[in-house]
Amino acid sequence: MLKLHRIEKTFNEGTLDEKRALKETNLHLKKGEFVTVIGGNGAGKSTLMNIISGTLNPDVGFIEVGGKHVEHLPEYKRSQYIGRVFQDPMAGTAPDMTIQENLAIAYSRNKKRTLRLGVNAKRRDLFRDHLKTLNLGLEDRLNARVGLLSGGERQALSLLMATFTEPSILLLDEHTAALDPARAELITELTDHIVKQFELTTLMVTHNMQQALDMGDRLIMMDAGQIIFDITGEEKKNKTIPDLMEEFQKIRGRQLSTDQTVLS
Amino acid sequence: MFLSVFGAVESGFIYAIMALGVYLSFRILDFPDLTVDGSFVTGGAVAAISIINGVPPIIATIFGMLAGFIAGCITGLLHTKGKINNLLAGILMMIALYSINLRIMGRPQVSVSQETTLKTQLANIWQKTGIDDLINNMLKAVGLQAVPKTWVIVFVMIIVILIIKLCIDLFLKTEVGLAIRATGNNERMIRSFSGNTDTFIILGIGLSNALVALSGALIMQNGGFVDVSMGIGMIIIGLASVIIGEALFGVKTIARATLAIILGAVIYRIVLALALRVDFLESGDMKLITAFLVIIALIAPKLLQNRRERARRLAKQNALRKKEAHNA
Repeated sequence: MLKLHRIEKTFNEGTLDEKRALKETNLHLKKGEFVTVIGGNGAGKSTLMNIISGTLNPDVGFIEVGGKHVEHLPEYKRSQYIGRVFQDPMAGTAPDMTIQENLAIAYSRNKKRTLRLGVNAKRRDLFRDHLKTLNLGLEDRLNARVGLLSGGERQALSLLMATFTEPSILLLDEHTAALDPARAELITELTDHIVKQFELTTLMVTHNMQQALDMGDRLIMMDAGQIIFDITGEEKKNKTIPDLMEEFQKIRGRQLSTDQTVLS
Repeated sequence: MFLSVFGAVESGFIYAIMALGVYLSFRILDFPDLTVDGSFVTGGAVAAISIINGVPPIIATIFGMLAGFIAGCITGLLHTKGKINNLLAGILMMIALYSINLRIMGRPQVSVSQETTLKTQLANIWQKTGIDDLINNMLKAVGLQAVPKTWVIVFVMIIVILIIKLCIDLFLKTEVGLAIRATGNNERMIRSFSGNTDTFIILGIGLSNALVALSGALIMQNGGFVDVSMGIGMIIIGLASVIIGEALFGVKTIARATLAIILGAVIYRIVLALALRVDFLESGDMKLITAFLVIIALIAPKLLQNRRERARRLAKQNALRKKEAHNA
């Protein structure tokens, strides 16, 4: 469903600050696969997400979504096929608009926007049904401004908005990192539920190694712009955090910097 | 007194169209668009020249509106495709339009007082209804000496402005309208839902300036002339209407906000008319008064809120102290 072929990205090329963020990165996600991505700061996780979503363009290499080349498409065109939830709970919604208006914007993702009303009776019912699955009571607050919701509620709404139109790819960019533990737990459960419900092909970046092990059916570890470790299925299920640390040591010959990586 | 307030209400409704345009750019798109100073005149100039060249007034007015739309789209293009800061893009367009308006008009001032305009057409139809006499006789009966020449502008403009208001309210609820609002609210979000923010900014600023130019075309026909410098400070007048309206009438919903802005535009005109009746103020002081009004409208709500907050805390402290004294 998603194919990255020999992606290269260098920032500030030819200057002292030159940084090769991605080096010949290849990645292939099968339809319905749920992949978690871990790695220290500067490993290239965010660059990888931004290159898939189109916020950044790769220097070389190509990207396929559902068999279609998308590397030349701007972000707004790619987002027809790609749903995304950001780390910042404020980033994925429009604060001055109501819950149903936000959902209407998400609803138009893969359609042409016209002069029809964004919210009609039929769509309102659809939105209400989807909101019910969040179990946050948002279905009774369709006309509430999103800016009035808590961070957790906003992130849950962002997650729903990114997924209910069933995009080909779902990108989750440390989407629980900015929340307190209880809310993070809630969003994690919702994510698991929604990804299964819509059978979404998902790429989730996380700082939390335990989360990366618990969720999804494949795990990749990145370091210095490369994917250095890729496990799936039974192999992933049996791994523990110390195992991951050990693997890293074996491959890179140094300790995985744990200051930025939450262990539990 | 009555006449000057009447005149203020009359022109207030026409300027309200411009204020709604400023609302679209300034509030909905979060784009402080100074093109307004130029496009207001462009609307008047294009309509005036069209009328003089024999185009029916209603078509001429639409031409003026289209010219404003194009001017706004160019500002939008400068900002989105040219990556020019939004304030600067508007200023550049405003300066460019000054020369363009002079070219359109051929001289600094053009009069249409000898031509058939929307105003004269409406006045002709209106006369047959006899409503003017009816109202004015009533006013005279309650003791008013000076009565307005005609009520046609006020009546027609109330209908026109309400239609425009409803159209804007409705438009901002369509799929395209929602996307435009989201563009002003959270660009990153709408891009991640396949919204081309560039297109929405260009379209939104275009529509905003179409309204501004329509207002200019109507002001021109109401006054009977267009002057190349009549747009100076128009953006501040628009802002004054938006801010005064919002402060007085609230912005809970879009429909409420647009109504607030229309009333804001009328109130601004009334305040201005009354201020100009003060002896030591001259008509040249208008811009100063406007600036002063905007400053007050911006600062006053915050001051009031601070005072209320202080009073609240003080009351709480006193209550606590009383309780402690009582217990002791």
